[in-house]
Amino acid sequence: MSPFWRPFGGIIRLELKKTFFSRRGWWAYLLALAPAGLCLMHTVVDMRTRARFGSHIIPQDVRMFAALFQTYFLHLGIFFGCVGIFSNLFRGELLEKTLHYYFLTPIRRELLVLGKYCCGSMVALVSFVLSAVVSFFLIGYHQGAAWSDFVLHGPGLFQMVSYAGITALAILGYGAVFLAAGLFVRNPMIPAAVVWVWENLNPFLPSFLKKVSIIFYLKSLNPVELPSPSGPRGNLFSVLVTDTDPTPAWIAVTGLLLVTLLILTYTAVSARRTEINYGE
Amino acid sequence: MSNRLVTFTDVSRFYGEVLGINRVNLSIPPGITSLVGPNGAGKTTLMNLMAGLIRPSKGEIRVLGIAPDHPEELCCIVGYCTQFDAFPKGLTGYQFIHSFLRIRGMSEAECQQRARVALETVNITEAAHRPVGAYSKGMRQRIKLAQAIAHDPQVLILDEPLNGLDPMARAETIALFRDWGAHERHVIVSSHILHEVDRISDQVILLSHGYVVAEGQIQGVRSEVKDQPIQVLIRCNHPNALAARLFRQDHVVEAKIHPDGKGILLRTTDADRFYLMLNHVILETGMEVESIAPADDDVNSVYQYLIGGEGGAA
Repeated sequence: MSPFWRPFGGIIRLELKKTFFSRRGWWAYLLALAPAGLCLMHTVVDMRTRARFGSHIIPQDVRMFAALFQTYFLHLGIFFGCVGIFSNLFRGELLEKTLHYYFLTPIRRELLVLGKYCCGSMVALVSFVLSAVVSFFLIGYHQGAAWSDFVLHGPGLFQMVSYAGITALAILGYGAVFLAAGLFVRNPMIPAAVVWVWENLNPFLPSFLKKVSIIFYLKSLNPVELPSPSGPRGNLFSVLVTDTDPTPAWIAVTGLLLVTLLILTYTAVSARRTEINYGE
Repeated sequence: MSNRLVTFTDVSRFYGEVLGINRVNLSIPPGITSLVGPNGAGKTTLMNLMAGLIRPSKGEIRVLGIAPDHPEELCCIVGYCTQFDAFPKGLTGYQFIHSFLRIRGMSEAECQQRARVALETVNITEAAHRPVGAYSKGMRQRIKLAQAIAHDPQVLILDEPLNGLDPMARAETIALFRDWGAHERHVIVSSHILHEVDRISDQVILLSHGYVVAEGQIQGVRSEVKDQPIQVLIRCNHPNALAARLFRQDHVVEAKIHPDGKGILLRTTDADRFYLMLNHVILETGMEVESIAPADDDVNSVYQYLIGGEGGAA
Protein backbone atom coordinates (compact mmCIF):
# COMPACT_ATOMS: atom_id res chain seq x y z
CA MET A 1 0.00 0.00 0.00
CA SER A 2 1.39 3.44 -0.89
CA PRO A 3 2.21 5.80 2.01
CA PHE A 4 -0.68 8.06 0.98
CA TRP A 5 -3.27 5.32 1.44
CA ARG A 6 -1.74 3.77 4.58
CA PRO A 7 -3.67 5.98 7.03
CA PHE A 8 -6.89 5.25 5.14
CA GLY A 9 -6.19 1.51 5.26
CA GLY A 10 -5.29 1.88 8.93
CA ILE A 11 -8.65 3.47 9.72
CA ILE A 12 -10.55 0.76 7.83
CA ARG A 13 -8.62 -2.02 9.57
CA LEU A 14 -9.07 -0.54 13.01
CA GLU A 15 -12.78 0.15 12.53
CA LEU A 16 -13.40 -3.35 11.24
CA LYS A 17 -11.47 -4.87 14.11
CA LYS A 18 -13.00 -2.93 16.97
CA THR A 19 -16.56 -2.51 15.75
CA PHE A 20 -17.63 -4.89 13.06
CA PHE A 21 -15.76 -8.07 13.88
CA SER A 22 -16.81 -7.70 17.47
CA ARG A 23 -19.92 -8.96 19.23
CA ARG A 24 -21.35 -5.45 19.08
CA GLY A 25 -21.84 -5.78 15.33
CA TRP A 26 -23.94 -8.95 15.47
CA TRP A 27 -27.30 -7.25 15.69
CA ALA A 28 -26.71 -5.45 12.37
CA TYR A 29 -25.93 -8.75 10.68
CA LEU A 30 -29.06 -10.30 12.19
CA LEU A 31 -31.12 -7.37 10.93
CA ALA A 32 -29.63 -7.85 7.47
CA LEU A 33 -30.00 -11.61 7.35
CA ALA A 34 -33.53 -11.79 8.80
CA PRO A 35 -35.29 -11.58 5.39
CA ALA A 36 -33.02 -14.33 4.02
CA GLY A 37 -34.26 -16.49 6.88
CA LEU A 38 -37.86 -15.58 6.05
CA CYS A 39 -37.39 -16.46 2.39
CA LEU A 40 -35.71 -19.73 3.30
CA MET A 41 -38.66 -20.54 5.53
CA HIS A 42 -41.05 -19.66 2.70
CA THR A 43 -39.25 -22.06 0.37
CA VAL A 44 -39.07 -24.88 2.91
CA VAL A 45 -42.74 -24.55 3.85
CA ASP A 46 -43.74 -24.42 0.18
CA MET A 47 -41.72 -27.54 -0.65
CA ARG A 48 -43.23 -29.46 2.25
CA THR A 49 -46.84 -28.42 1.68
CA ARG A 50 -46.84 -28.35 -2.10
CA ALA A 51 -48.41 -31.78 -2.41
CA ARG A 52 -51.34 -30.84 -0.19
CA PHE A 53 -52.03 -27.20 -1.07
CA GLY A 54 -50.31 -26.79 -4.42
CA SER A 55 -47.58 -24.28 -5.21
CA HIS A 56 -47.85 -20.67 -6.27
CA ILE A 57 -46.45 -19.26 -9.46
CA ILE A 58 -43.32 -17.22 -10.18
CA PRO A 59 -45.09 -13.81 -10.56
CA GLN A 60 -46.53 -14.30 -7.07
CA ASP A 61 -43.05 -14.90 -5.68
CA VAL A 62 -41.75 -11.87 -7.56
CA ARG A 63 -44.49 -9.63 -6.12
CA MET A 64 -43.95 -11.12 -2.70
CA PHE A 65 -40.28 -10.23 -2.86
CA ALA A 66 -41.10 -6.72 -4.11
CA ALA A 67 -43.37 -6.24 -1.09
CA LEU A 68 -40.75 -7.66 1.26
CA PHE A 69 -38.08 -5.43 -0.23
CA GLN A 70 -40.12 -2.24 -0.03
CA THR A 71 -41.52 -2.84 3.43
CA TYR A 72 -38.72 -4.61 5.27
CA PHE A 73 -35.51 -3.72 3.43
CA LEU A 74 -36.19 -0.08 2.64
CA HIS A 75 -38.39 0.97 5.55
CA LEU A 76 -36.88 -1.09 8.34
CA GLY A 77 -33.79 -3.20 7.77
CA ILE A 78 -31.54 -0.90 5.80
CA PHE A 79 -32.81 2.20 7.58
CA PHE A 80 -32.21 0.95 11.11
CA GLY A 81 -29.09 -0.96 10.07
CA CYS A 82 -27.65 2.33 8.82
CA VAL A 83 -28.76 4.14 11.99
CA GLY A 84 -26.88 1.59 14.08
CA ILE A 85 -23.80 1.27 11.93
CA PHE A 86 -23.18 4.83 10.77
CA SER A 87 -24.36 6.95 13.68
CA ASN A 88 -22.09 4.98 15.99
CA LEU A 89 -18.99 5.62 13.93
CA PHE A 90 -18.51 8.99 15.62
CA ARG A 91 -21.13 9.04 18.39
CA GLY A 92 -19.95 5.68 19.71
CA GLU A 93 -16.40 7.01 19.95
CA LEU A 94 -17.63 10.14 21.72
CA LEU A 95 -19.62 8.08 24.21
CA GLU A 96 -16.68 5.77 24.85
CA LYS A 97 -14.27 8.73 25.00
CA THR A 98 -11.93 7.32 22.39
CA LEU A 99 -12.28 9.78 19.51
CA HIS A 100 -9.28 11.79 20.69
CA TYR A 101 -6.95 8.93 19.68
CA TYR A 102 -7.94 9.57 16.06
CA PHE A 103 -7.78 13.35 16.48
CA LEU A 104 -4.22 13.05 17.79
CA THR A 105 -2.95 11.40 14.63
CA PRO A 106 -1.58 13.52 11.80
CA ILE A 107 -4.31 12.71 9.32
CA ARG A 108 -6.72 15.11 7.73
CA ARG A 109 -10.09 14.97 9.43
CA GLU A 110 -11.67 14.70 5.98
CA LEU A 111 -9.79 11.45 5.47
CA LEU A 112 -11.02 10.21 8.84
CA VAL A 113 -14.63 10.91 7.86
CA LEU A 114 -14.10 9.21 4.51
CA GLY A 115 -12.39 6.21 6.13
CA LYS A 116 -15.15 5.71 8.65
CA TYR A 117 -17.85 6.16 5.99
CA CYS A 118 -16.16 3.67 3.67
CA CYS A 119 -15.80 1.16 6.48
CA GLY A 120 -19.46 1.51 7.49
CA SER A 121 -20.50 1.26 3.84
CA MET A 122 -18.40 -1.85 3.28
CA VAL A 123 -20.00 -3.65 6.19
CA ALA A 124 -23.54 -2.50 5.37
CA LEU A 125 -23.13 -3.26 1.66
CA VAL A 126 -21.78 -6.74 2.24
CA SER A 127 -24.49 -7.65 4.71
CA PHE A 128 -27.55 -6.04 3.10
CA VAL A 129 -26.69 -6.51 -0.59
CA LEU A 130 -25.79 -10.12 0.11
CA SER A 131 -29.01 -10.52 2.05
CA ALA A 132 -31.09 -8.98 -0.76
CA VAL A 133 -29.50 -11.25 -3.38
CA VAL A 134 -29.75 -14.39 -1.25
CA SER A 135 -33.35 -13.56 -0.27
CA PHE A 136 -34.32 -13.03 -3.90
CA PHE A 137 -32.72 -16.30 -4.85
CA LEU A 138 -34.36 -18.18 -1.97
CA ILE A 139 -37.88 -16.85 -2.39
CA GLY A 140 -38.38 -18.75 -5.62
CA TYR A 141 -35.98 -21.62 -4.97
CA HIS A 142 -38.91 -24.01 -4.47
CA GLN A 143 -39.85 -23.44 -8.14
CA GLY A 144 -36.78 -25.47 -9.11
CA ALA A 145 -35.54 -25.22 -12.69
CA ALA A 146 -38.21 -22.69 -13.62
CA TRP A 147 -36.80 -20.23 -11.10
CA SER A 148 -33.22 -20.84 -12.26
CA ASP A 149 -34.35 -20.18 -15.79
CA PHE A 150 -36.19 -17.02 -14.65
CA VAL A 151 -33.11 -15.73 -12.83
CA LEU A 152 -30.46 -16.68 -15.35
CA HIS A 153 -32.28 -16.21 -18.66
CA GLY A 154 -35.37 -14.17 -17.83
CA PRO A 155 -36.07 -10.83 -16.15
CA GLY A 156 -34.97 -12.25 -12.78
CA LEU A 157 -31.33 -11.27 -13.22
CA PHE A 158 -32.25 -7.65 -13.98
CA GLN A 159 -34.56 -7.57 -10.95
CA MET A 160 -31.91 -9.06 -8.70
CA VAL A 161 -29.28 -6.58 -9.88
CA SER A 162 -31.79 -3.74 -9.48
CA TYR A 163 -32.56 -4.75 -5.89
CA ALA A 164 -28.83 -4.99 -5.15
CA GLY A 165 -28.30 -1.54 -6.68
CA ILE A 166 -31.21 0.03 -4.76
CA THR A 167 -29.89 -1.52 -1.55
CA ALA A 168 -26.46 -0.06 -2.24
CA LEU A 169 -27.89 3.38 -2.98
CA ALA A 170 -30.03 3.28 0.16
CA ILE A 171 -26.99 2.40 2.25
CA LEU A 172 -24.88 5.16 0.72
CA GLY A 173 -27.65 7.76 1.21
CA TYR A 174 -28.86 6.82 4.69
CA GLY A 175 -25.26 6.10 5.69
CA ALA A 176 -24.19 9.66 4.91
CA VAL A 177 -27.21 11.06 6.77
CA PHE A 178 -26.57 9.03 9.92
CA LEU A 179 -22.81 9.50 9.86
CA ALA A 180 -23.46 13.25 9.95
CA ALA A 181 -26.11 12.81 12.66
CA GLY A 182 -23.60 10.89 14.79
CA LEU A 183 -21.09 13.71 14.53
CA PHE A 184 -23.41 16.66 15.03
CA VAL A 185 -26.17 15.46 17.36
CA ARG A 186 -25.68 14.24 20.90
CA ASN A 187 -28.52 11.72 20.53
CA PRO A 188 -28.70 10.51 16.91
CA MET A 189 -31.89 8.58 17.69
CA ILE A 190 -33.82 11.85 17.54
CA PRO A 191 -32.88 12.72 13.93
CA ALA A 192 -33.26 9.03 13.08
CA ALA A 193 -36.84 9.05 14.38
CA VAL A 194 -37.61 12.29 12.54
CA VAL A 195 -36.19 10.97 9.25
CA TRP A 196 -38.01 7.66 9.71
CA VAL A 197 -41.38 9.35 10.27
CA TRP A 198 -40.74 11.63 7.30
CA GLU A 199 -39.80 8.74 5.03
CA ASN A 200 -42.87 6.75 6.10
CA LEU A 201 -45.18 9.70 5.60
CA ASN A 202 -43.90 9.93 2.02
CA PRO A 203 -46.96 8.35 0.32
CA PHE A 204 -49.24 10.88 1.98
CA LEU A 205 -47.18 13.96 1.18
CA PRO A 206 -47.91 16.33 -1.69
CA SER A 207 -45.85 15.71 -4.81
CA PHE A 208 -43.28 18.44 -4.23
CA LEU A 209 -42.60 17.27 -0.66
CA LYS A 210 -42.38 13.63 -1.71
CA LYS A 211 -39.25 14.54 -3.62
CA VAL A 212 -37.50 15.79 -0.47
CA SER A 213 -36.78 12.28 0.72
CA ILE A 214 -34.58 9.33 -0.05
CA ILE A 215 -37.32 6.71 -0.12
CA PHE A 216 -39.13 8.41 -3.02
CA TYR A 217 -36.13 8.03 -5.32
CA LEU A 218 -35.40 4.52 -4.12
CA LYS A 219 -38.98 3.44 -4.84
CA SER A 220 -38.75 5.01 -8.29
CA LEU A 221 -36.00 2.48 -9.05
CA ASN A 222 -37.94 -0.61 -8.02
CA PRO A 223 -38.07 -3.10 -10.90
CA VAL A 224 -41.46 -4.45 -9.84
CA GLU A 225 -44.34 -2.09 -9.23
CA LEU A 226 -46.63 -2.94 -6.35
CA PRO A 227 -50.33 -2.16 -6.60
CA SER A 228 -50.87 1.40 -5.41
CA PRO A 229 -52.90 1.78 -2.20
CA SER A 230 -54.77 4.62 -3.92
CA GLY A 231 -56.13 2.19 -6.49
CA PRO A 232 -59.65 0.85 -6.62
CA ARG A 233 -58.92 -1.81 -3.98
CA GLY A 234 -57.18 0.60 -1.63
CA ASN A 235 -57.81 0.67 2.09
CA LEU A 236 -58.92 3.38 4.49
CA PHE A 237 -55.77 5.42 3.91
CA SER A 238 -56.08 5.33 0.15
CA VAL A 239 -57.88 8.67 0.05
CA LEU A 240 -54.87 10.30 1.68
CA VAL A 241 -52.33 8.83 -0.73
CA THR A 242 -51.15 11.03 -3.56
CA ASP A 243 -49.78 9.61 -6.79
CA THR A 244 -46.65 11.11 -8.24
CA ASP A 245 -44.90 10.14 -11.43
CA PRO A 246 -41.76 8.20 -10.61
CA THR A 247 -38.50 9.99 -11.29
CA PRO A 248 -36.43 8.67 -14.22
CA ALA A 249 -33.78 6.24 -13.04
CA TRP A 250 -30.81 8.34 -14.10
CA ILE A 251 -32.10 11.37 -12.20
CA ALA A 252 -32.87 9.26 -9.11
CA VAL A 253 -29.42 7.65 -9.09
CA THR A 254 -27.50 10.83 -9.87
CA GLY A 255 -29.58 12.85 -7.40
CA LEU A 256 -29.06 10.36 -4.58
CA LEU A 257 -25.34 10.19 -5.20
CA LEU A 258 -25.09 13.99 -5.33
CA VAL A 259 -27.01 14.41 -2.08
CA THR A 260 -24.77 11.78 -0.49
CA LEU A 261 -21.69 13.61 -1.70
CA LEU A 262 -23.00 16.93 -0.41
CA ILE A 263 -23.75 15.55 3.06
CA LEU A 264 -20.36 13.84 3.22
CA THR A 265 -18.54 16.99 2.13
CA TYR A 266 -20.32 19.05 4.76
CA THR A 267 -19.57 16.43 7.43
CA ALA A 268 -15.91 16.27 6.44
CA VAL A 269 -15.49 20.04 6.48
CA SER A 270 -17.29 20.28 9.84
CA ALA A 271 -15.15 17.50 11.31
CA ARG A 272 -12.17 19.75 10.81
CA ARG A 273 -13.62 22.15 13.36
CA THR A 274 -14.92 19.48 15.72
CA GLU A 275 -13.55 19.63 19.24
CA ILE A 276 -13.15 16.87 21.75
CA ASN A 277 -15.79 17.49 24.37
CA TYR A 278 -16.93 14.37 26.12
CA GLY A 279 -19.45 16.35 28.13
CA GLU A 280 -17.44 16.46 31.32
CA MET B 1 14.07 30.63 18.82
CA SER B 2 10.24 30.58 18.87
CA ASN B 3 10.39 27.35 16.86
CA ARG B 4 11.77 25.68 19.98
CA LEU B 5 9.03 27.00 22.26
CA VAL B 6 5.43 26.30 23.05
CA THR B 7 3.86 29.74 23.14
CA PHE B 8 0.49 31.06 24.26
CA THR B 9 -0.26 34.65 23.32
CA ASP B 10 -3.20 36.19 25.16
CA VAL B 11 -5.12 32.92 24.97
CA SER B 12 -8.58 32.60 26.47
CA ARG B 13 -10.95 29.70 26.30
CA PHE B 14 -14.55 29.74 27.47
CA TYR B 15 -17.00 26.84 27.65
CA GLY B 16 -20.17 28.76 27.07
CA GLU B 17 -20.16 31.16 29.98
CA VAL B 18 -17.71 29.09 32.00
CA LEU B 19 -14.11 30.20 32.03
CA GLY B 20 -11.51 27.62 31.04
CA ILE B 21 -8.43 29.82 30.93
CA ASN B 22 -8.16 33.57 30.57
CA ARG B 23 -5.53 35.78 28.97
CA VAL B 24 -2.76 33.25 29.24
CA ASN B 25 0.67 34.29 28.02
CA LEU B 26 3.27 31.56 28.21
CA SER B 27 6.52 30.65 26.63
CA ILE B 28 7.52 27.11 27.49
CA PRO B 29 11.13 26.08 26.73
CA PRO B 30 12.34 22.49 26.28
CA GLY B 31 12.66 20.42 29.45
CA ILE B 32 10.14 19.21 31.97
CA THR B 33 7.40 21.70 32.74
CA SER B 34 4.80 20.96 35.37
CA LEU B 35 1.32 22.40 35.45
CA VAL B 36 0.10 22.72 38.99
CA GLY B 37 -3.22 23.97 40.29
CA PRO B 38 -6.41 22.90 41.99
CA ASN B 39 -9.31 21.19 40.24
CA GLY B 40 -10.80 23.48 37.61
CA ALA B 41 -7.68 25.64 37.45
CA GLY B 42 -7.39 25.13 33.69
CA LYS B 43 -4.58 22.58 33.42
CA THR B 44 -6.41 20.15 31.14
CA THR B 45 -7.80 23.01 29.08
CA LEU B 46 -4.26 24.26 28.54
CA MET B 47 -3.12 20.78 27.48
CA ASN B 48 -6.09 20.20 25.19
CA LEU B 49 -5.40 23.55 23.53
CA MET B 50 -1.74 22.63 22.97
CA ALA B 51 -2.72 19.31 21.41
CA GLY B 52 -5.38 20.87 19.18
CA LEU B 53 -8.27 18.94 20.73
CA ILE B 54 -10.01 22.23 21.44
CA ARG B 55 -9.55 25.69 19.96
CA PRO B 56 -8.99 28.94 21.81
CA SER B 57 -11.86 31.42 22.01
CA LYS B 58 -9.24 34.13 21.66
CA GLY B 59 -5.48 34.39 21.19
CA GLU B 60 -2.83 32.39 19.42
CA ILE B 61 -0.98 29.19 20.22
CA ARG B 62 2.16 27.89 18.57
CA VAL B 63 3.77 24.55 19.30
CA LEU B 64 7.33 24.70 17.99
CA GLY B 65 6.03 27.21 15.47
CA ILE B 66 3.02 25.12 14.38
CA ALA B 67 -0.57 26.25 14.93
CA PRO B 68 -2.71 23.53 16.57
CA ASP B 69 -5.43 23.87 13.94
CA HIS B 70 -3.14 21.99 11.54
CA PRO B 71 -3.31 18.47 13.00
CA GLU B 72 -1.47 17.03 10.00
CA GLU B 73 1.68 18.87 11.11
CA LEU B 74 1.08 19.25 14.81
CA CYS B 75 0.36 15.61 15.58
CA CYS B 76 3.67 14.56 14.00
CA ILE B 77 5.53 16.35 16.80
CA VAL B 78 3.07 16.04 19.69
CA GLY B 79 2.26 13.02 21.83
CA TYR B 80 -0.57 13.41 24.32
CA CYS B 81 -1.38 11.05 27.15
CA THR B 82 -4.82 12.27 28.20
CA GLN B 83 -6.65 11.81 31.47
CA PHE B 84 -9.34 9.68 29.78
CA ASP B 85 -9.13 6.11 30.94
CA ALA B 86 -10.78 4.75 27.78
CA PHE B 87 -9.55 2.58 24.92
CA PRO B 88 -10.94 1.28 21.65
CA LYS B 89 -12.84 -1.90 22.42
CA GLY B 90 -11.47 -5.35 21.75
CA LEU B 91 -7.82 -4.44 21.13
CA THR B 92 -4.76 -5.85 22.81
CA GLY B 93 -2.08 -3.49 24.05
CA TYR B 94 0.07 -4.22 21.03
CA GLN B 95 -2.81 -3.77 18.58
CA PHE B 96 -3.71 -0.48 20.23
CA ILE B 97 -0.23 0.97 19.67
CA HIS B 98 0.25 -0.65 16.27
CA SER B 99 -3.13 0.50 14.90
CA PHE B 100 -2.57 4.18 15.60
CA LEU B 101 0.99 4.03 14.23
CA ARG B 102 -0.50 2.55 11.09
CA ILE B 103 -2.96 5.43 10.87
CA ARG B 104 0.05 7.74 11.08
CA GLY B 105 1.07 6.30 7.71
CA MET B 106 4.03 4.21 8.83
CA SER B 107 5.03 1.01 7.08
CA GLU B 108 4.15 -2.33 8.64
CA ALA B 109 7.78 -3.00 9.61
CA GLU B 110 8.16 0.42 11.20
CA CYS B 111 4.87 0.05 13.09
CA GLN B 112 5.99 -3.30 14.50
CA GLN B 113 9.38 -1.98 15.50
CA ARG B 114 8.07 1.21 17.11
CA ALA B 115 5.26 -0.62 18.92
CA ARG B 116 7.78 -3.07 20.35
CA VAL B 117 10.13 -0.30 21.51
CA ALA B 118 7.28 1.70 23.09
CA LEU B 119 6.02 -1.37 24.96
CA GLU B 120 9.54 -2.11 26.19
CA THR B 121 10.02 1.50 27.28
CA VAL B 122 7.00 1.39 29.58
CA ASN B 123 7.83 -2.16 30.63
CA ILE B 124 4.61 -3.82 29.57
CA THR B 125 5.90 -6.28 26.97
CA GLU B 126 4.62 -9.35 28.78
CA ALA B 127 1.03 -8.10 28.76
CA ALA B 128 1.24 -6.73 25.22
CA HIS B 129 -0.96 -9.41 23.70
CA ARG B 130 -3.66 -9.29 26.33
CA PRO B 131 -6.79 -7.17 25.77
CA VAL B 132 -6.43 -3.67 27.20
CA GLY B 133 -9.82 -4.15 28.85
CA ALA B 134 -8.24 -6.73 31.16
CA TYR B 135 -5.40 -4.42 32.25
CA SER B 136 -5.07 -2.96 35.75
CA LYS B 137 -5.30 0.80 36.21
CA GLY B 138 -1.50 1.09 36.31
CA MET B 139 -1.09 -0.98 33.14
CA ARG B 140 -3.69 1.12 31.34
CA GLN B 141 -1.80 4.23 32.37
CA ARG B 142 1.42 2.75 30.99
CA ILE B 143 -0.13 1.62 27.71
CA LYS B 144 -1.50 5.14 27.21
CA LEU B 145 1.98 6.48 27.80
CA ALA B 146 3.42 3.98 25.31
CA GLN B 147 0.89 5.11 22.72
CA ALA B 148 1.82 8.75 23.32
CA ILE B 149 5.57 8.17 22.88
CA ALA B 150 5.48 5.51 20.15
CA HIS B 151 5.96 8.00 17.29
CA ASP B 152 8.86 9.70 19.11
CA PRO B 153 7.28 13.15 19.56
CA GLN B 154 9.18 16.37 20.24
CA VAL B 155 6.49 17.57 22.63
CA LEU B 156 5.07 15.10 25.12
CA ILE B 157 1.97 16.25 26.98
CA LEU B 158 0.93 14.18 29.99
CA ASP B 159 -2.23 14.72 32.00
CA GLU B 160 -1.82 13.15 35.44
CA PRO B 161 0.53 10.46 34.11
CA LEU B 162 1.47 9.10 37.52
CA ASN B 163 -2.09 8.31 38.57
CA GLY B 164 -2.60 4.67 39.43
CA LEU B 165 1.07 3.71 39.15
CA ASP B 166 2.73 1.70 41.89
CA PRO B 167 5.94 3.15 43.41
CA MET B 168 8.21 1.10 41.14
CA ALA B 169 6.35 2.06 37.97
CA ARG B 170 6.22 5.65 39.18
CA ALA B 171 9.99 5.76 39.59
CA GLU B 172 10.49 4.21 36.13
CA THR B 173 8.07 6.68 34.58
CA ILE B 174 9.75 9.65 36.23
CA ALA B 175 13.10 8.38 34.93
CA LEU B 176 11.56 8.22 31.47
CA PHE B 177 10.36 11.84 31.72
CA ARG B 178 13.82 12.92 32.85
CA ASP B 179 15.45 11.11 29.98
CA TRP B 180 12.97 12.61 27.54
CA GLY B 181 13.38 16.13 28.94
CA ALA B 182 17.17 15.86 28.92
CA HIS B 183 17.18 15.48 25.14
CA GLU B 184 15.97 19.01 24.39
CA ARG B 185 12.37 17.87 24.14
CA HIS B 186 9.33 19.30 25.85
CA VAL B 187 7.68 17.24 28.56
CA ILE B 188 4.62 19.04 29.88
CA VAL B 189 3.12 17.29 32.88
CA SER B 190 0.16 17.97 35.10
CA SER B 191 0.26 16.23 38.43
CA HIS B 192 -1.23 16.66 41.87
CA ILE B 193 1.66 14.81 43.54
CA LEU B 194 3.58 17.93 44.42
CA HIS B 195 6.72 16.39 45.83
CA GLU B 196 7.16 14.39 42.63
CA VAL B 197 6.51 17.46 40.52
CA ASP B 198 9.23 19.10 42.59
CA ARG B 199 11.68 16.31 41.86
CA ILE B 200 11.20 16.21 38.12
CA SER B 201 10.40 19.75 36.99
CA ASP B 202 12.73 22.16 35.30
CA GLN B 203 10.00 24.77 35.52
CA VAL B 204 6.47 25.02 36.86
CA ILE B 205 3.34 26.83 35.81
CA LEU B 206 0.93 27.52 38.64
CA LEU B 207 -2.68 27.94 37.62
CA SER B 208 -5.69 29.05 39.55
CA HIS B 209 -9.22 29.79 38.33
CA GLY B 210 -8.07 29.87 34.72
CA TYR B 211 -5.24 32.31 35.29
CA VAL B 212 -1.49 31.71 35.33
CA VAL B 213 -0.47 32.66 38.85
CA ALA B 214 3.25 32.11 38.40
CA GLU B 215 5.66 30.47 36.00
CA GLY B 216 9.35 29.72 35.78
CA GLN B 217 11.96 27.80 37.75
CA ILE B 218 10.62 27.07 41.19
CA GLN B 219 13.34 28.99 43.08
CA GLY B 220 12.68 32.01 40.91
CA VAL B 221 8.96 31.75 41.52
CA ARG B 222 9.58 31.47 45.27
CA SER B 223 11.76 34.57 45.32
CA GLU B 224 8.95 36.51 43.65
CA VAL B 225 6.60 35.73 46.50
CA LYS B 226 7.62 38.75 48.56
CA ASP B 227 4.80 38.73 51.05
CA GLN B 228 5.77 35.36 52.53
CA PRO B 229 8.91 35.21 54.75
CA ILE B 230 11.58 32.86 53.41
CA GLN B 231 12.26 29.74 55.46
CA VAL B 232 15.85 28.58 55.98
CA LEU B 233 17.01 25.47 57.79
CA ILE B 234 20.44 25.80 59.40
CA ARG B 235 22.08 22.66 60.76
CA CYS B 236 24.66 23.69 63.38
CA ASN B 237 26.15 22.67 66.74
CA HIS B 238 24.75 25.59 68.81
CA PRO B 239 21.23 26.31 67.58
CA ASN B 240 20.15 27.90 70.86
CA ALA B 241 22.90 30.52 70.71
CA LEU B 242 22.09 31.25 67.13
CA ALA B 243 18.41 31.59 67.95
CA ALA B 244 19.21 34.11 70.67
CA ARG B 245 21.14 36.24 68.17
CA LEU B 246 18.50 35.89 65.52
CA PHE B 247 15.64 37.10 67.69
CA ARG B 248 17.33 40.49 67.96
CA GLN B 249 16.98 41.04 64.21
CA ASP B 250 13.87 42.86 62.99
CA HIS B 251 13.74 40.88 59.72
CA VAL B 252 13.44 37.58 61.56
CA VAL B 253 9.81 36.64 61.94
CA GLU B 254 10.18 33.23 63.54
CA ALA B 255 12.94 30.85 64.68
CA LYS B 256 12.26 27.31 65.83
CA ILE B 257 14.73 24.81 67.18
CA HIS B 258 14.67 21.63 65.14
CA PRO B 259 13.15 18.66 67.05
CA ASP B 260 16.51 16.83 66.99
CA GLY B 261 18.17 19.84 68.67
CA LYS B 262 20.82 20.13 65.97
CA GLY B 263 19.35 22.85 63.81
CA ILE B 264 17.12 25.86 63.60
CA LEU B 265 14.27 26.68 61.26
CA LEU B 266 14.09 30.36 60.57
CA ARG B 267 11.61 32.63 58.77
CA THR B 268 12.97 35.93 57.53
CA THR B 269 11.64 38.76 55.41
CA ASP B 270 15.12 39.69 54.17
CA ALA B 271 17.25 36.74 53.15
CA ASP B 272 20.25 38.88 52.11
CA ARG B 273 20.52 40.56 55.51
CA PHE B 274 20.11 37.21 57.22
CA TYR B 275 22.95 35.57 55.30
CA LEU B 276 25.21 38.57 56.01
CA MET B 277 24.39 38.39 59.68
CA LEU B 278 24.96 34.65 59.76
CA ASN B 279 28.48 35.15 58.38
CA HIS B 280 29.23 37.54 61.22
CA VAL B 281 27.84 35.13 63.81
CA ILE B 282 29.94 32.27 62.51
CA LEU B 283 33.09 34.38 62.51
CA GLU B 284 32.42 35.75 65.98
CA THR B 285 31.37 32.53 67.74
CA GLY B 286 33.23 29.89 65.77
CA MET B 287 29.98 28.00 65.45
CA GLU B 288 30.16 24.90 63.25
CA VAL B 289 27.55 25.04 60.51
CA GLU B 290 26.84 21.79 58.74
CA SER B 291 24.37 23.07 56.17
CA ILE B 292 22.21 26.01 55.22
CA ALA B 293 19.28 25.29 52.92
CA PRO B 294 16.10 27.05 51.91
CA ALA B 295 13.17 25.13 53.37
CA ASP B 296 10.30 26.46 51.28
CA ASP B 297 11.48 26.86 47.72
CA ASP B 298 9.68 23.71 46.65
CA VAL B 299 6.50 23.40 44.62
CA ASN B 300 4.46 22.46 47.65
CA SER B 301 5.38 25.62 49.57
CA VAL B 302 4.97 27.90 46.58
CA TYR B 303 1.64 26.25 45.88
CA GLN B 304 0.49 26.88 49.43
CA TYR B 305 1.62 30.51 49.32
CA LEU B 306 0.09 31.35 45.98
CA ILE B 307 -2.93 29.12 45.75
CA GLY B 308 -3.25 28.03 49.35
CA GLY B 309 -6.47 26.75 50.80
CA GLU B 310 -8.40 26.09 47.63
CA GLY B 311 -8.82 22.45 48.34
CA GLY B 312 -5.47 21.09 47.28
CA ALA B 313 -3.85 20.58 43.96
CA ALA B 314 -5.24 18.24 41.38
